[in-house]
Amino acid sequence: MHIDWASVGQVAVVSIGVAAGVVVIFTLGVVALSRRETDIERGDHGALALTGAALCFAACAAVVLYGIYLIVPQLHH
Amino acid sequence: MIVRKMANLSLLVIVVIITALAFDFTNGFHDTANAMATSIATGALRPKLAVLISGVLNLAGAFLSTKVAQTISSGIVNDKLATPAIIFAGLVGAILWNLATWLLGLPSSSSHALFGGLIGAVWVGAGMNGVHFDQVISKILLPAVASPIVAGIAAMIATYLAYRISRRAREGPVTSGFRHGQTISASLVSLAHGTNDAQKTMGVITLTLISTGALAAGSAPPFWVIVAAGLAIGLGTYAGGWRIIRTMGNRLTDIAPPQGFAAEASSTAVILSSANLGFALSTTHVVAGSVLGTGLGRRLAEVRWSVAGQMALAWLLTLPAAATVGALAAAVAVRGTLGVVVIGLIALAVAVAIYAISRREPVTATNVNDLPPIGAQREALGTAA
Repeated sequence: MHIDWASVGQVAVVSIGVAAGVVVIFTLGVVALSRRETDIERGDHGALALTGAALCFAACAAVVLYGIYLIVPQLHH
Repeated sequence: MIVRKMANLSLLVIVVIITALAFDFTNGFHDTANAMATSIATGALRPKLAVLISGVLNLAGAFLSTKVAQTISSGIVNDKLATPAIIFAGLVGAILWNLATWLLGLPSSSSHALFGGLIGAVWVGAGMNGVHFDQVISKILLPAVASPIVAGIAAMIATYLAYRISRRAREGPVTSGFRHGQTISASLVSLAHGTNDAQKTMGVITLTLISTGALAAGSAPPFWVIVAAGLAIGLGTYAGGWRIIRTMGNRLTDIAPPQGFAAEASSTAVILSSANLGFALSTTHVVAGSVLGTGLGRRLAEVRWSVAGQMALAWLLTLPAAATVGALAAAVAVRGTLGVVVIGLIALAVAVAIYAISRREPVTATNVNDLPPIGAQREALGTAA
């Protein structure tokens, strides 16, 4: 019986890395949205914070699109 | 056209097809929790809307992928030895175990139930040589142990980081932001589930048709099989296994929106990365691991280890229990059409009885998030165990 431990390790490293990465970027986006509210209350327009949030969410959206690409076989065969 | 094709099939094959679709339905409602339990628990999605989205995406997933639908068991049993009567017996074992664990609200793997049922049925119906035990270890046991641990570590780290980074942020944007994120991550899990699980039923039906000569060897699933399997799993998902959703979303640990998002992102990452590398794993094990991990990753969050322990026990028992029922059913079913009918009637009676017991204390979309006080929960757990 052959168990491919290298692949098991690869799944572990990739999953943990991707999950932590996406959650960190998404959280930064959420924090930027929170910052924007604070900025606006202080009379600032909050455009910088909004741009930061948009960049974070765009990065997450790209990961989601890649996920759909992996799920739908017609896209990668 | 479907009717004309069906008319050429023997009673036995029709019974197998109906039983396979019944299994597919239980597979659907057993696994709704995997995609939607955390979203329902945090209020990201209303319960009815959550099961609707999940059901539609499972149906869509069934049409997207039929590549593993050419095998019954992915090599765990010798498909050539699986006669319709043996397949029927295996399905009965899987369905009854799925119903029993649903009654107890325990998330257990539908794939393990199906494999277990088939292993028991093939063992008794065709001999021990029909079971590939080395495949059982590398394709079932290894992923069952490794996947929840990996998902749990991922969710624990992700949850810790999410709370650490957002600890000074305002509560409003944090809660609503993570809730929106959850609806997307939950939808991805549902779609991935549909592309995987509906195919198992398609494989069972297609190979039954091939074994009786109704289809040529090596045929892809006919269109009506894809539609029927997709609808069965989609409707099952929409029916919502509320008892299991309650366990996964509320009884293992208490889940806040950042945790729900971290858990679902971790589940999605594990499911997609392993599918890409050719590991067949159970979404149930992955999601349960993520939920426990997210409970540990948030400081002071309580993990109810007694519930987790019961769940782990159910995982251990799933394969042997379904195998035992499958073996008993096969011993009778292989004796001929009368045997199949007898087993079918017994299975139906047990299913109706389990449903009747579930109505005594129903769990529905309206009360899935209302938990009885801890004392009452303990009492319920005592009788369940």
